[in-house]
Amino acid sequence: MRLPDILRFARDAATGYPVRTALSVLAMSIGVAAVVLLTALGDGARRYVVGQFSSLGTNLVIVLPGRSGTGGFNPANAITSTPRDLTIDDAGSLRRLPGVRRVAPLAVGTSEIAFGGRLREIMVAGSTAEFIPIRNFELAQGKALPEEDWNRGSPVAIVGAKIRDELFPNQPALGQLIRVGDRRLRVIGVLASTGQGLGMNTDELVIVPVALAQAMFNSNTLFRILIEANSREAIPGVKDATLETLKQRHRGEEDVTVITQDAVLATFDKLLGALTLAVAGIAAISLAVAGILVMNVMLVAVTQRTGEIGLLKALGASGENIRLLFLSEAAMLSAVGAALGYVFGQLGAFVLRQVFPVFPAYPPDWAVFAALATAVGTGLLFGVMPARRAARLDPVQALMRH
Amino acid sequence: MALIELEGIDRSFQLGDTTVHALAGLDLRIAAGEYVAVMGPSGSGKSTLLNLLGLLDRPQSGTYRLEGRDVTTLSPDEQARVRSARIGFVFQSFHLVPRLTAAENIALPMTLAGILPAERERRVAQALRDFGLEHRADHRPDQLSGGQRQRVAIARATIMQPPLILADEPTGNLDRHTGEEVIHLLEALNANGVTLVVVTHDAALGARARRQLVMEDGRLKQDSTVP
Repeated sequence: MRLPDILRFARDAATGYPVRTALSVLAMSIGVAAVVLLTALGDGARRYVVGQFSSLGTNLVIVLPGRSGTGGFNPANAITSTPRDLTIDDAGSLRRLPGVRRVAPLAVGTSEIAFGGRLREIMVAGSTAEFIPIRNFELAQGKALPEEDWNRGSPVAIVGAKIRDELFPNQPALGQLIRVGDRRLRVIGVLASTGQGLGMNTDELVIVPVALAQAMFNSNTLFRILIEANSREAIPGVKDATLETLKQRHRGEEDVTVITQDAVLATFDKLLGALTLAVAGIAAISLAVAGILVMNVMLVAVTQRTGEIGLLKALGASGENIRLLFLSEAAMLSAVGAALGYVFGQLGAFVLRQVFPVFPAYPPDWAVFAALATAVGTGLLFGVMPARRAARLDPVQALMRH
Repeated sequence: MALIELEGIDRSFQLGDTTVHALAGLDLRIAAGEYVAVMGPSGSGKSTLLNLLGLLDRPQSGTYRLEGRDVTTLSPDEQARVRSARIGFVFQSFHLVPRLTAAENIALPMTLAGILPAERERRVAQALRDFGLEHRADHRPDQLSGGQRQRVAIARATIMQPPLILADEPTGNLDRHTGEEVIHLLEALNANGVTLVVVTHDAALGARARRQLVMEDGRLKQDSTVP
């Protein structure tokens, strides 16, 4: 029997019993749709978190004051146990390390901003011109902090979008003199609105030169040093070099912690990837159930069409022919179900994306592929038994039951 | 050489704890081109004989030579090939596939044998003309009368041009008039050299055959002509 004939015969046989065919196709499509949709949810969660982390900046290496690791006895610790401050000069020393693109020191505190009788509690970030590109912030208006000696703090400020709206509702913000704490600063830029993220909320942030911030908060220490490496591959080298340089500057004492964004990201990535996998596994159970249903339907089909099988044998069909006919029918049911389920799943994911635009609910390729393969695979696997039963029918008995 | 040679055929069935001998030590020779009617009461073994001749059933002992070839020892798939090329079946209840059209039903043995569609179309068109079914080609069995259905079934049985046609009560589900039409068709095939074996209850129908076999309790009770 030729393949096109087998397929046509199987198709006609399937469409000859529309209700049972529709039901088994529906079951299979629900299974596949469940896998597609649930992995879209899981992977969407992963992408969301990863995206939030990435918005902190790319290829970031972050230096924190204080040591978090556990080390052995260090003679230096015996003399002084308080960690040395991270200073602006520490940050400056990192600028020329190999593989480093940008360095931004960061001092943080809260203060008050006042303009024209309006007063507001705000967060002040003291940094340099490179802070904005490292953190992937964008300026809506004006210009960045001036390129100047980091130890010289010009009296200028860049304000967040919300502060601009609240303080200068109907007048240009650029060039205005504001009071932050006890300083009078000129507004030279406004940040673009970014909304709420995992990082700090830039809408209520005021960025000033780092030396100015330290003077304002009467402190010499930095909150963080942000380093942007040239590439993802350069991150480990930069991390080691940073640690080495700061250790030397701090007289051999390893009193800083260097973390990479990558490490944090990888953890979340792994965690949520495992979650997606688990969800896919649960959804796969429905696929197995659908496969068993296809088997059940095919067993019923064999019983229903006993007479036909006997006839086909009388007309010269070999056992192989009969097996192939029933197997292709089972494969067809599950393949159509899988295709339909794929469409349903993608549709569901699409609706999800429309309802929650921030949530990137795209099913991962591997899940879609695995779902389709499992659907057709189980269909074939569970089709084997009914097909063998059909092929083994005794033609005399089968014909008598017509 | 005889078309069919049966020697010492035994076929018994286990019904509960009793053994029924459907065929017991049957010897039979049918020459090519013969027209044979097999008659006898229910349970006399005539259907079992027909199934055996059609390679749908196997004897427990004895040999069956079809065209000089021992077919009892063939594998099921080899038997399927013999059925496909050498034997045509006509059944009492027609046995058409309900979802296929008349033309598709007629083409079914060729489809199963893997004959190319162009050749199938040519032969089906010829068969439809031969059996007066030109205007029924796209009708499904439930849109056909009994006589038309049996004509489709006969067209199907002959489409592979087998030398042997086995008919099991071919007029059993038809009224007398259409039954006669069907018998005329079968007899016309026989006139063209096809060997025809008809199982029937109908004495009048049996009398039309050139040779009558009467069976009883799995044995030949009477053979009108001993060749």
